[in-house]
This record gives sequence, structure tokens and C-alpha cells, in this order.
Amino acid sequence: MMRSEIEYTDIRELHGPLAVVHGVAGAGWDEFATIKLATGARRHGLVLEVDRDVAVVQVLEGTAGMDPAGTGVSFTGEPLRIPVGPCWLGRVCNGRGEPVDGGPPILSGRTSPVSGFPMNPTWRLSPAQPVLTGISVIDALTTLVRGQKLPIFSVAGLPHLELATQVAAQAHVEGDTAGGRTEPESPAGFSVVFAGMGLTHADAAFVRDALEERAAAGELVLLLNTADDPVIERILTPRLALTIAEDLAFRGGRHVLVVMTDMTSYAEALREVSAARGEIPGRRAYPGYLYSDLASLYERCGRMRGRTGSVTITPVLTMPAGDITHPVPDLTGYITEGQVVLSADLHARGVYPPVDALSSLSRLMRNGAGPGRTREDHVDLAAQLLAALARARQVRELADLVGPAALSETDRRYLAFEEGYAQDLVHQRGDETRDLADTLGRAWRTLLRLPRRELVMLPDALVAAYGAGGDRACPY
Amino acid sequence: MGAVSSGRVSRVTGPLVEVEQAGSAAMFDVVALGTAGLPGEVVAIRDGILTVQAYEYTGGLKPADSAVSLGEPLSARLGPGLLGGVFDGLLRPLDGAPAWLRPGVARDGAGAASWQFVPQAQRGQRVVAGEAVGTVAGPGPVAYRILVPPGIAGTVEQIAAAGEYAADATVATVDGAAVPLTTRWPVRVPRPYRERVAADAPLHTGQRALDLLFPIAKGSTAAVPGGFGTGKTMLLQQIAKWSDADVIVYIGCGERGNEMAEVVADLFALADPRTGGRLADRTVIIANTSNMPMMAREASVHTGTTVAEYFRDMGYDVVVIADSTSRWAEALREFASRSGALPAEEGFPADLASAIAAFYERAGAVVTLGGARGSVTVVGAVSPPGGDLTEPVTAQTQRFVRCLWTLDRDLAYARHYPAVSWSGSFSRDAAALATYHARHGDPEWARRRAQVMAQLAEADRLAALAELVGVGTLPGNERVTMLTGRLLREGVLQQSGLSGTDASCDPAKGAALVDAVMVVSERCRKLVDAGVPATVVEEVDFGPLLRAREVAGEPAEVAKHRDALLDTLQELT
Repeated sequence: MMRSEIEYTDIRELHGPLAVVHGVAGAGWDEFATIKLATGARRHGLVLEVDRDVAVVQVLEGTAGMDPAGTGVSFTGEPLRIPVGPCWLGRVCNGRGEPVDGGPPILSGRTSPVSGFPMNPTWRLSPAQPVLTGISVIDALTTLVRGQKLPIFSVAGLPHLELATQVAAQAHVEGDTAGGRTEPESPAGFSVVFAGMGLTHADAAFVRDALEERAAAGELVLLLNTADDPVIERILTPRLALTIAEDLAFRGGRHVLVVMTDMTSYAEALREVSAARGEIPGRRAYPGYLYSDLASLYERCGRMRGRTGSVTITPVLTMPAGDITHPVPDLTGYITEGQVVLSADLHARGVYPPVDALSSLSRLMRNGAGPGRTREDHVDLAAQLLAALARARQVRELADLVGPAALSETDRRYLAFEEGYAQDLVHQRGDETRDLADTLGRAWRTLLRLPRRELVMLPDALVAAYGAGGDRACPY
Repeated sequence: MGAVSSGRVSRVTGPLVEVEQAGSAAMFDVVALGTAGLPGEVVAIRDGILTVQAYEYTGGLKPADSAVSLGEPLSARLGPGLLGGVFDGLLRPLDGAPAWLRPGVARDGAGAASWQFVPQAQRGQRVVAGEAVGTVAGPGPVAYRILVPPGIAGTVEQIAAAGEYAADATVATVDGAAVPLTTRWPVRVPRPYRERVAADAPLHTGQRALDLLFPIAKGSTAAVPGGFGTGKTMLLQQIAKWSDADVIVYIGCGERGNEMAEVVADLFALADPRTGGRLADRTVIIANTSNMPMMAREASVHTGTTVAEYFRDMGYDVVVIADSTSRWAEALREFASRSGALPAEEGFPADLASAIAAFYERAGAVVTLGGARGSVTVVGAVSPPGGDLTEPVTAQTQRFVRCLWTLDRDLAYARHYPAVSWSGSFSRDAAALATYHARHGDPEWARRRAQVMAQLAEADRLAALAELVGVGTLPGNERVTMLTGRLLREGVLQQSGLSGTDASCDPAKGAALVDAVMVVSERCRKLVDAGVPATVVEEVDFGPLLRAREVAGEPAEVAKHRDALLDTLQELT
């Protein structure tokens, strides 16, 4: 991919992550650049602007220690491409895709541009069939669907990294059940690409540890940008992850889950570059194109006509000061198909994962749950659970005002139901995988703490089939 | 096409490209950039340097690359093949395009298809601009009428015989000028018409919350503001599916790819209740998802409106649905920022308001050049950041639209769909449409609307009061008002888009549902007045009435459900 390299040394300006190079001929916009420092060290950059013979280069590793005098910049002649293919599976790399696992460099006969191309909307298939996470509250109430983008909204201090890692460690597909037949897929049928941005070393070590088994099985690609790595590198990390995932899915036929954490760190890196360029700031000083930029990442999920694979995306983001109207969660919410929201209250009650089911939503759940997908009672069961939870929340508020003693018998049953819901259905260990039949069985047990007359959304036939026996095996 | 002149690229920053030595080029002319010939549009000229807004990803484009001005403004090909098709923001077909949209691959060529032309005009006949010389059958009941182009009138000198013709063929000659099967039209220029007429016939959307409370006329405008998760796209899709227009132009402007896929799949699967054909046969889809090039998003709303005007000129009622105009405004902002324009509110360019006005003003009911009646109705979604309805796009849009359908987050969280807020919405068409309904067999329409609005407002006021003092302290008749509010919300305004019988509701059934609730409400009030405790009335199972919207197909069935409930209430005395 390198052409004959001309090195340009007339660097007139360095500020923030930017280097302004003069006397350049033939460098194109968004091209990949290599920067050689006086010390001999190499850095990498992307062209943000070309104006006649002047090129503005964004240095991924930052400009620290760069001396305009001894630095040379050469351009590769095209936007950044990376090798793609199964060669990534089982590897641990930094945020620029360089191995940090002591293994050989990643090589492949094929390369793809990291910016990707938009998928033709007429080739898209609607997301369908579930990705099961083994986490009860997600599988039961906000089922993740293949080809969907479903973010986790959290605030600092909540265990979102643990949850994201658990999802990455446990997620699986159970074979296509088209026509009611179950065809178990080959073990290589599911892969996870985990992109960590701005993780502390302790967090990075935790992630590596927790995902070790999956990496050893050759089902995982781990890209880790730590908090002390260059900030600008984070702009590249999710693009690498998605480029790798697209190839595994649409060429390799795998179902791929991409976990990206923390998108707030990513957006901050974007803001830093924008500020250095003197762009007109939008809300909270984030650039006006934040929506389009986030969309260029999130929209790379999907399924395609004629291909077996799928890309499912779970971005994780922390809402600064818990503000859901902050630009990052707000714009994310406009692009993604629902959200999983973590709650400080549940966390304080010691419940893990502290998912606030009433604020959470998987908009595509109907495509991934129900007859032929999970189990025939799943959708009704989830709807009834949510309705009962909403009522239980009202009752709790009432109880706070008037005292539990003044509640009606039904209302007290709702409080008991809510407690059972938190302890029996939601709460699970960080390394516990629950199969769907177990999860749905727990959901039934929880609901049956309420009088039958309260369960208006569940037809008698379903109650007879699933209500009494608890966990009847999941047929799919 | 005008003169072709060539220059070279001097500066590239994202979609903004500067070109020098371009020779003659006019504002808004199309420029082909680089070896791939990426399309762009001239948006400023200064000291001989053209500022070009590129419509595709410009990665790799560099100074000294060629830039060829094509000497004509951005234009759309208008002709047979539009209905049932999916196009990008520049109206280039996506149906035959590859799976991955690399820059420079999309082409708007004529395609190999040929079309069955049936002549209408006779040789020697005198025709005026906008008159049809013949027709080409569409995939469904909507036929393409091949019109004499604007500015041409006179004697038909030649007319093609019935038969198959290529898309670019000339099918008639009028006064020396060719009448082609497919025409081109600059997308930023509204197509001419003879005169505007009052928009006074209702566009029936099939959504009760709109048709009963905030109706829209054919040729009017509406905006749908709502934060994420409030069901904007769902509501727009319902309107696209069930409104009684002849042609729908659906512009997916910077929204989700998966949603676009779903719209396309749905429209192709669903039958048009009025004709029995597929809904897709009356729909033109313009898909510019959020990851497709941003600047084409800016063009897509103009492209879509141009397509709508093309069908309007044939005498059809057309609805343009733009989801979402906020993404379009963001493209304006992005480009303004890159070109160094002084920012106004929140970084949006100072001409945001006039750009929004220009878009909505292309709506209207008109007499076409050929003398037919046609209309373009524009419905635009607005996605206010953080749900803040005072942000510039929402605030400016409200000034120019005739209907505002505000989606309420609290309603959506309570799973009340469509979450159209009755207190935050308006329809300035209501008075004109009341007159229409009165003339067309429903004199009660205006009274019914006023009654529902009053009951809902009063129920809201009482609910706020009850939160403070407790519902138990309210007098019986006020509790009946709150009950009526609930029955109206759950039994009339809520509508399930997924239900076969409830997805679309005809006017008679909507009226019957309101009347049923009102009769039941009146009966409850009488019971309470007669001394039955309000609690007892509230505990009656109103299920039969609430389910009527889903189970009843005909107004008469609604009445049956109402009577069943009245019998139950009778037993309380």
C-alpha cells in the first residue's frame, strides 16, 4: 500500500494534535500519513485538510516531543487501510491495531479502508433473531437482535464495564431457527470485537482477564486504548473494530458483536481535534458534525441480503453527571435502536446488573423474540413484566407518601413482586450465564407473585403452558 | 447542457472543495471532481475561486485534481420508473447499485428499461404547457401522464404511436419542441403552476389523534417534533402507509438504515386498502441514511419535493414525508461552518429560517399549468436535541407550518402511541376542514373535536389537582371527567400500528368511537349524580369499550361494544 515515499519536512506549525506541513504535492484529503521524528520514532496521522501545498495532519499519537526541525511527513496516497480477515481472531492489540500480546504482526492478503462504505439501504435486511447474552434482564426484557445497535447508558461509578465485558464474554447465537428447525452453527459462527477507549490500566487488565477464555477460543478481537495512550488514537479505535467486524460478518459469514466502550471518551477526542482546528463549536463545545460522526460508526451494524453474517453493536457510554440530554447520549439515542439504562438506585440496593428496565428499551425486540425466535410466550411475558413494574413503581411512590400500612392488599403484592423481580430475575453473578429457559422461568415465577387477575396481558393458554411448571425447556 | 469548462482542485476539507481556474461557472452549477467524477455543486464564487459542496466522500481528492463544471444546476431525472423505486439523495437509483456505496459508483443513467406509451393528444391538436400528450402505466393505479414541458405550447406536430419506448425517447413534438418521456428539472427551482388555490380538503391520515384533533388539509404542511424514542418515525411511517394521497414521496434524510430497510420491506409487503395493489406502487423512496454522504442529505429534501411537484403537475395529490428535517439542517450547519460563514443561533447559518421556509413553501394546492387540480402536502419530522423544543430548528419550523404534531415523551414512556400531545399541538387547518366536513355529510365534526379537546384539557387539569390533594377528595362529577379523559386516551387516541384492524381508522369509525365514549361518559355522570359512588363507577370493567378500536371493523360494531357497556352500567343502579 505504500508508494514511493517522499518525505516533507517543512513543518510550520504544531499545536494540539495537529501538524501543518508546507510544500506538499499530491496529498489528498483523509489520506494516511507516516511521521518520522528526529529520534527515529514513527507516528501516524490523517490528513484533515489540504490547501494547495499545505496539508493539516492530525497526529494519532499526539504531537508531544515533536520538533519541527527534525520531523518528516510522508503520505501513503490513499485513506488508511488495514488488513482484514480471521487473522485478527484471538489477538490483543492497542488502539491503533498493533499487537500487544507478544505475537507476530497481523498480516492478511486482504485490506479494507477503515472509514468503510455506507451499506446500500436496499441491500439491508431488517435485524432478526436474537443474540443471547446469558444476562436475564437483557435477554428477557431488552432482547438484543442480530444487526441491531443497542447502547448501554451509564454514569460514572456504575458497573457498566463489568456488564459490557460480561456481554462480550457470554454473548452467543443459538443457530438459525428458520422454519422451526434448529441448526446449530459451527463454533466459529460467533465472534466478538471489543474496542476499549480510554480505559484505565486496571480496567484494561480486568477486561483482558475476563475475556481470556473467549480469546483463547479464537472468538475474540481485543483493541485496547488505555487512558494514558494518545487521546487522538481513540478516533481510530472504533473504526478499526468495525472494519474488522464487517469483514468477519459479511465475508466470513459470522455473527459479530462489537462492544465499544466508552463512547464518551471517543467523543471527547473528537472535540479535542475540533477545538484545535478552530471549528465553530456546537452544543457543549462538541463539533456540529458529532451526530454524523457517531452515525458513521453505529450505522455499520446490520444484516445484508444474501449474506449469513451480521454485525451487532453495543456501545457503552457514561452520561456526564447522569444527564441523558448531554449531546453524547442524546445523539446516540437518536441513532441507536433503543437503549439499556443503568440505575444508581438498583446499584445501591446491591443488585447486579443494575438495569433500569422501565427506562430501557430494545426497539427491535419483536424481531428477535417470540415464536420462531426465542419462545412463544416471550413477548407477552416481557410486556406484562414491564406493565407490572410500572405499576409497582407507582405503588412504591405511594407507599413513600402514605406508608405501606395504608396500601391495599393488591398494592402490597406489587411491592413483593418488585422485590422478587430484583432479587430473583435481575440479580446474577458477574460470571453467571443463564440460559433463556431459566431466565423466562424466573420471569414467570416473579410474575406469579401477583394475583392472576392482575396479569391481563397473558392469555390463559400461556399461563397454563408455562406458568405452573416454571422453566419448561426452550424449544429453540 | 451548457458549456463544459475545466478547472482544478485547490483545497479540500471534507465535503468542502475549492476549485480554481474553472472558467465560466454559475452559482449552483454541478461540478465533477477528480478522476471519479464525484458530483458537487457550486455554492460560492470569489475571485475566480469556486467553493464546491461535494455530494460524496472526498477521501483521496487532492489539489491539482481536475474539476469539470457541467454548466447546469443540480437536476433530477423525472420520468417513468420513479414509483416503487428507491433512490439516493440525488435521485440516482439504489435498486441496481452495489451492496457497498463506494464514491463515484452511483449513476443516474436512463437504465435499459423501456416503457409502454399510450398517446392521448391528436396530431394537429392545440395543447398548452402542462397538458398531457399521453400516459405510461405505472406499477399500480397511478399512471405517469407525459406533459408538455413548461414554456411550450402550440400545435402537436408529431405524436408517437402506442408502443414501447426507451426512457429518453421523444414521444411528441409541439411547435418544434420535443416532449420527452423523461424530463430533467433543477431540484432547487419550484416547478411552475397556474395558480395556488385554498387547501380545504382533508388529507385523511388514518391516525385518529390527527384526523380528529389536528387535521391537515391536502396541500398543507405539518411538522412532527419529538425527542428520541417518542415514535416519530413510526407515526410518519403510518402516514406514509395509510393516508389517502395518490403518491407518497418518503425522504429518509439522515436516519437509521435499519428503519429504511423496514419501511421498504413493509411498503412492498402491504396492500393498499384503496386499490388492492402494493403500497410501494404509489411510493417513491429517497434513502439517505445517516452514514451516507452528508451533503447529499442537504439535496435530498429538494430532490424529494421536486419529485412530488412532478406528480402534482399530473393532477395528483402527493404527500412528501421528510424524516428528519433536523438532520438536513445539520448538514446546512456543517457546511456553513466549514465554509467559514458567521454562525447565528447554535452555529446554524443565519439563513436557516429562510431555508426552512423555502422547503415548506413548496407545499400547496394548485391549479396546474394544464388546468388540473393537484397538491403537495409536506410533513417533516424534527428531532430536537435533548428534547428541547426551543432549539432553532424546532422554533423556526413552528413559524412556517400549518399543523404541529408534537410528540410527548411522557406519553411515549407510558406506551401511549401515537404520542401526539393534545396540549402542545395545533392545526391551523381545522376551521377550513370543519367547513369541508359540514358540507360533506358530517356537520357534527367541529362540535366533536371541540368536545374532545375540552374534556382532555379538563381531565389534565383535574389530574394535576388530584396529584396534590388526592383523587378521593374530588367531587364525583370531576372524577367522571377524569374517567372520560382516560377513556378518550385509551379508547380513542391510542392506536396500535401493529394491529391489522387498528393501524388505520376511517373517519366514520373514529367518529363512532368518540361518540361511544361520550355516551358512556354521560351515563356515568348520571349515575354519579343519582348517588352511585364514583369509586364504584371507576371500577367497572371498561375493557369492551377500550378494545372496540381494535376489534371493531365497522362503526356498527363500535355501537355494539358501547351498548354492552351501557348494560353493565345499568346494573349499577
